[in-house]
Amino acid sequence: MEAIDIALGLFDLLLVFLLLWLAWLVMSSEDLFKAIVLFVAFGLLMALVWVRLEAPDIALAEAAIGAGLTGALLMAALDRLNAVKPMPAAAVVTSAKREQPSLPSKVLPLVALVLIVLGLGYALLSLPDVADGLVPNVKEQMAQSGVKNPVTAVLLNFRGYDTLLEMVVLLLALLSVWSLGGVRKLSPRNTNPVLASLCRVLVPVLILVSCYLLWVGADAPGGAFQAGSVLGAAGVLLLLSGWHVEQKILLWPLRFILVLGSGVFIIIAAVLFFTQGGLLTYPVAQAGWLILLLESAATLSIGATLAALFFGGIPKSRVDQ
Amino acid sequence: MIDFFSILLLLAGALFFLAGTVGLLRFPDLYTRLHALTKADNVGLGLMIAGLALQAESLSAAGKLVLIWGLVLLAGASVAYLIARGALLRGVLPWKR
Repeated sequence: MEAIDIALGLFDLLLVFLLLWLAWLVMSSEDLFKAIVLFVAFGLLMALVWVRLEAPDIALAEAAIGAGLTGALLMAALDRLNAVKPMPAAAVVTSAKREQPSLPSKVLPLVALVLIVLGLGYALLSLPDVADGLVPNVKEQMAQSGVKNPVTAVLLNFRGYDTLLEMVVLLLALLSVWSLGGVRKLSPRNTNPVLASLCRVLVPVLILVSCYLLWVGADAPGGAFQAGSVLGAAGVLLLLSGWHVEQKILLWPLRFILVLGSGVFIIIAAVLFFTQGGLLTYPVAQAGWLILLLESAATLSIGATLAALFFGGIPKSRVDQ
Repeated sequence: MIDFFSILLLLAGALFFLAGTVGLLRFPDLYTRLHALTKADNVGLGLMIAGLALQAESLSAAGKLVLIWGLVLLAGASVAYLIARGALLRGVLPWKR
């Protein structure tokens, strides 16, 4: 048993150093494309760290959203940046020369950084050695949660409004992207037969995996965010392969799906407020079904929102023209 | 006995990953590097999956592992093609001796 402990310890150390090194490379890389690729690698290693910390739920979310979809979003942003207009090299050099950093502007960030590190270090060292946290509380209440996976129980039941607010944050993110303007037309790119056939095989599998993750979230790692990000990935793949969407779907049906998650959350919260006397306090007998309903709606919304974020601007519809 | 075969398959898989990594670092251009990567990934992962599937608790767990391999095969082959095509369209010339 000892040899394996040492091996795992070495692996953890290697993971930590690789993570720090990759983080440094991401920050210091001048080539943005390289930085994005390194960031994706960083996300995948981060997922491994979560696995080592025995938090498979977060590992799944980190791999799917942190590494996968964020990488795709960053790539799309870089593509847009390159399309705008590259800054002439001479301008970059002169602007770098002009801004000679003064002494205070060098020292102040350093002081701030040192203070932050000291504060964090103090906070970390002043933690109690052994703390149960809220684990006993959650365990005690599990029977009433309607699900068997404690993570899902916390996210959708005990702290349901956190998830409600996260849904709204996601919606707000999309609204801010849309409010930047830039109505985009769905342009069928020169569709590649290999990409198209990959889509035909992969998208149904992704939808199936998404449903599986959603369903399994009740008693094992999984849930709305993981399922939604897999659905979003399917959407990104379809968009890349020049997916043709009916114009009329892009106006109201799309917006309906985008607000479905938050909407169902708010409706259920309101109904429960008047019948049960508290926001999102589920009656024990119906808790399981209510959570499944909420998660299904949330999955659809998250998937659609992530794909729409990747798409960028407001999809052009005939009504707007 | 099963453990022995598992170890053998995992080691063989690791060897392929090592060869692929060396190829990625040492080969002269994008196309040959892609070749090294995808070959090593597909076979190496296949051997790893075979080794792990022997240790799986149930048939469905082994099935999930094989499904992962299938997906990686599909994605790896397609993405290698797409990257190579993209590079060719942008005028990246294949390496010549």
